[in-house]
Amino acid sequence: MKILVPVKRVVDYNVKIRVRPDGSGVELANVKMSMNPFDEIALEEAIRLKEKGAASEVVALSIGAAPAQETLRTALAMGADRAILVETAPGEDVEPLAVAKLIAAVAREEAAGLVLCGKQAIDNDMNATGQMLAAILDWPQATFASEIRIEAGAAQVTREVDGGLQVIGVALPAVISVDLRLNEPRYASLPNIMKAKKKPLAIRPAGEFGLDIAPRLTVVKTVEPPARKGGVKAGSVAELVSKLKDEAGVL
Amino acid sequence: MTVLLIAEINGANLQADATAKALAAAATLGAVDILVAGEGVGAAASAAASFAGVARVLVADHAVLGRQLAEPMAELIATLAARYTHVIGPATAGLKSILPRVAGRLDVMILSDVTAILDADTFERPIYAGNAIQTVRSADSIKVATIRTAAFAPAPRGGGAPIEPIEVTVSTSAASHWVEDRLSLADRPELSSAGIVVSGGRGVGSKENFALIEQLADKLGAAVGASRAAVDAGYAPNDRQVGQTGKVVAPALYVAVGISGAIQHLAGMKDSRLIVAINKDEDAPIFQIADYGLVGDLFQAVPELVERL
Repeated sequence: MKILVPVKRVVDYNVKIRVRPDGSGVELANVKMSMNPFDEIALEEAIRLKEKGAASEVVALSIGAAPAQETLRTALAMGADRAILVETAPGEDVEPLAVAKLIAAVAREEAAGLVLCGKQAIDNDMNATGQMLAAILDWPQATFASEIRIEAGAAQVTREVDGGLQVIGVALPAVISVDLRLNEPRYASLPNIMKAKKKPLAIRPAGEFGLDIAPRLTVVKTVEPPARKGGVKAGSVAELVSKLKDEAGVL
Repeated sequence: MTVLLIAEINGANLQADATAKALAAAATLGAVDILVAGEGVGAAASAAASFAGVARVLVADHAVLGRQLAEPMAELIATLAARYTHVIGPATAGLKSILPRVAGRLDVMILSDVTAILDADTFERPIYAGNAIQTVRSADSIKVATIRTAAFAPAPRGGGAPIEPIEVTVSTSAASHWVEDRLSLADRPELSSAGIVVSGGRGVGSKENFALIEQLADKLGAAVGASRAAVDAGYAPNDRQVGQTGKVVAPALYVAVGISGAIQHLAGMKDSRLIVAINKDEDAPIFQIADYGLVGDLFQAVPELVERL
């Protein structure tokens, strides 16, 4: 079984983002970029499934501008067998719906048996691509996975839901989106980083697929949230309790 | 404008708080029909009909919808969607799974985690874990959105909307099936919807010491959270993580204990109504956003706090 893992290049999760004062967006120039953390977990799981013999090949896929090649090289260094970049124009906003259409096209071409993706990207926080992809492919979906077991053409997936866990079974091919608890991604070793440079990375222009990937949403403006100012310090626990009771009225 | 609001159903029960908050958001757009879908959901439908400002409650009662699995739910909702301008639901784990699938079927974009509705086409939503707020205008014929419930006050009770059963013609595919629910049996509230959250950080020092955080949480009837540092150090399980890569919470009261306030943590809790921080380092960044701070040793302060509350 071939596993397709879409990975997104996003602002590193340790970076404090800066909103441009003119409301035109978030400053992305000269900012450290990394693989979306949830995608890293999806990729780790795919690699482990291959190591266990449940998968034959792991293909990393990114939809984005040319620099996403770096993210794909990271994926190759972690253990993906090969990579595909569906290249879009620099600065072009490709929304989850469009990304899902492009991934669906590649999944069909590759005859993937499973798409493993992060539950959301930490830039636009949409939490949508996996579900939209499953809809477009008309495949079953299992979102927010914290445990995945593959056996006999099906996956048993433990999902993080409100209030606990839910276990469902889905027939393959399926789309599984992963949550934090699933695993801890490995670091790429230096020899593997060297080897990754020689692994195949195909570049396909997004236009080649002939799909409608125009944005449906217009961003009117992007602003900073209302700033929160620090409050007061209490000198003792007793003072803190009385402030919470009398001043804030929360207790 | 006519809105189809998807009620959050858990088992056969209406999740009244989440549904009422999404209803408050939906009602600003026009007449609202509520869809109650599941198996044996008669009581849930009556409960939904009692909210003020509801035009009709549509009841889809069928075994195939019994566990609210995404495939049959999305099929049902997509079939109904053509009669509406908006399809909306609370941003619960269930509907965050279902509604993007509906949008995918309809070939429209999803508007996730909406925090404000400016007009029928224009919405505000947080990006970068709430570190920026984006205003977006949708060009789609049907707007499909999930509502961040922390941003809206619940719609009041006091209505008596008519309840209309609808025919369910959803295919009973074998593509997915429910196996079991393993819901947390702890008496504590669930982290993402709790009114009060008490979180511990690296300062707590060990897994054993985390019992202190739990004692304080139990005293307050609060959910227990943790910073990524505490999770990485093995003090708390990952499902308690509050932050950019964990859960984003916005309770009425957030108590941060032994948490320095890394950006990635602040991103997950800074929309809380009131923030209290206890930390021995008076320069800790958490104090820059806390409404009330206490500089001190948490091992003395927390037991004393438990005693005085």
